[in-house]
Amino acid sequence: MSAREEILRRIRGATRDIKVKDPVADVAVDWVYGQPTPLDDVVDTFIENIEDYKARITRSEASSTGQAIVDALDELGATTVLVPDGIDAGWVAALEAGGKTIVRDTALSHYELSDTDAVLTGARVAAADSGTICLDHDDTQGRRALTLVPDRHVCVVREDQVVSDIPEALIRLKPAVEARRPITWISGGSATSDIELDRVEGVHGPRQLFVVLEA
Amino acid sequence: MTIDQSRSTRREVDRNRLTPAPPTESYLGMPAFPKGVKSELGNQQLRRNLRHATTTIRGKRAMRQAEVHNWQEMRTAAEQIKNRVGRHLDHYLIQAEEKMTAAGITVHWARDAEEANRIVVDITKSKNTDEVVKIKSMATQETDLNEALEEAGIAAWETDLAELIVQMGHDKPSHILVPAIHRNRSEVREIFLDEMGNWGAPAPADISDDPPELANAARLHLREKFLRAEVGISGGNFIVADTGSLVIVESEGNGRMCLTLPETLISVVGIEKLVPTFDDLEVFLRLLPRSSTGERMNPYTSIWTGVTEGDGPQDLHVVLLDNGRTKVLEDPVGREALRCIRCSACMNVCPVYERVGGHAYGSVYPGPIGSILTPQLRGVSSPIDQSLPFASSLCGACDEVCPVKIPISDILVHMRHKVVEYKKGKRPIPTGERVLFKGLGWMMAKGNRLAGAQTFTKTAGKLFKRKQYIGPIPIPGYAANWTNARDIPMPPAQTFRDWWAEREDTK
Ligand code: SF4
Repeated sequence: MSAREEILRRIRGATRDIKVKDPVADVAVDWVYGQPTPLDDVVDTFIENIEDYKARITRSEASSTGQAIVDALDELGATTVLVPDGIDAGWVAALEAGGKTIVRDTALSHYELSDTDAVLTGARVAAADSGTICLDHDDTQGRRALTLVPDRHVCVVREDQVVSDIPEALIRLKPAVEARRPITWISGGSATSDIELDRVEGVHGPRQLFVVLEA
Repeated sequence: MTIDQSRSTRREVDRNRLTPAPPTESYLGMPAFPKGVKSELGNQQLRRNLRHATTTIRGKRAMRQAEVHNWQEMRTAAEQIKNRVGRHLDHYLIQAEEKMTAAGITVHWARDAEEANRIVVDITKSKNTDEVVKIKSMATQETDLNEALEEAGIAAWETDLAELIVQMGHDKPSHILVPAIHRNRSEVREIFLDEMGNWGAPAPADISDDPPELANAARLHLREKFLRAEVGISGGNFIVADTGSLVIVESEGNGRMCLTLPETLISVVGIEKLVPTFDDLEVFLRLLPRSSTGERMNPYTSIWTGVTEGDGPQDLHVVLLDNGRTKVLEDPVGREALRCIRCSACMNVCPVYERVGGHAYGSVYPGPIGSILTPQLRGVSSPIDQSLPFASSLCGACDEVCPVKIPISDILVHMRHKVVEYKKGKRPIPTGERVLFKGLGWMMAKGNRLAGAQTFTKTAGKLFKRKQYIGPIPIPGYAANWTNARDIPMPPAQTFRDWWAEREDTK
């Protein structure tokens, strides 16, 4: 008997006391999915929670986002910037005008990614109550390694992308899962509490996260 | 012992090994809980570290729970969803397998630890590499995968900071979330200075015991391993049956490194880790971080649904592991333990865990969950597994915090019963314990018998009036199991009966 058959046989033996064979009919789940979480102000909550993670966040008007990105990179001390293909042409022009060196992802090696100062991306959706930014790695965000290996991440989130909490965010992530695209959630920069439960910001992922919140 | 002495007595690097040698004793060879307790209780540093850590994390968890307006409803939903999965596990496993296969994942099934290890070793060998990077995983600790890889000539590098401390310290994890919780910062500094250079980039010579500096040393040491690794190994927090997605939550980014950079990724996941639908994640991904690290959300969550061309590993494997889980499923009471999402809240609130630490439990699962899960996974034939269900005062704190509402105390009592039944089956002649409890039953059955016994303790109490504790009583034989690691409080000079009578009189 194959391991698969054997395990399934064991499971069926172990659950023979369960008479109703339809899982949904057997166990009801008393939960309403996809509900918003009541918050006084969604955007303010998002900003507070990002700051609570010791990440930086600034606000911009659509017309000044390019400049806000350049300012963020200056503050982080970054010169070379990885830019995914789907990034707004206006922002790219602002980066050039701001004296930044633009690096395109021409199937860069891990080492080349590691040598780049920062990465600039958009996002799919953000959940205010937990301060979580969700990436679904479309062409405004690039493949997963781009937002992982460089040490600084500047992420532009539009206000209309901010929802109250995870249930609403999952609704907006559904198409990506259905298209089998990977998804990454980021809540602040990388961190650890492994030594005496003292939180230390910045381990292996980008050690600094800078969010530009566009109106 | 001063630091210098301890360093000079450190082991020589074993040049025959690819990775730091783990401690020699295996979990199953470890002493039964009461014996383990005796040595762990003597370790003052351990108790200080543990008290600090569990107190901090308890407070944070409670605060994060209080922030959520429908926490209790969410717990109930989690309980129901996990029951749905567990009671129809065959259905959901087949669905998940179908979806994962369609998304380009190779699905393997493993009856036990040995089979799972063999699968992982074979895949790794076929990639012609002699090392793997690992993200913290309970399942691979359970199977002792690292040693199986070592024997096959493959170095397994733990990349979670705490796991790195444990591995470099030739140590065993003592907590499922923060495995090096028993180490303080200066111990970590010593371990890094002594060991890192033997296995890769050394720790900076002038490193202090400041946690950010220590974390940076880990970053430097591991980065070269991440960038060159060809095979990554992970566990999995959830598998979503209706999409075939895998979910891993973590903090440091070491997980993302292992899940993203190597060409091949092998995930070893317990068969109970399923959730039926993608929507169900809204319940679990809010309960889990708040219950475990006491954060609103863990820094990173990775969700992947098969192979994505040009992004991440192009060869994905999932090993579905039984290793005793179907035995747990067989018991209608005990099976509730399979809902566990390994958040560690139960150990953080456990007064027994706080005092003895994780090592005394003799298993990769310490604390209350370990006490109910381990003897079910492994059976109750060994002394350590027989003792685990008794490693609790049944205070019920764990029941209150468990995000999936596992009735831990009830299962503990149920497991105690199973242990007694097992022993009865083995030994028809009454054990000391059974004689003792029979006697107690006789004494408690009638008020006057109890009153007689209490006159004795009252006299003892008067004799030793000013002492508070007698200390461990060296009673030989069976009772020593109970007394040898416990200070016996002095019997009171007045019994409850006397106090009550007096109170009635003065009314
Ligand atoms: S038993 Fe409950 S509280 Fe304990 S680790 Fe599992 S899920 Fe968390």
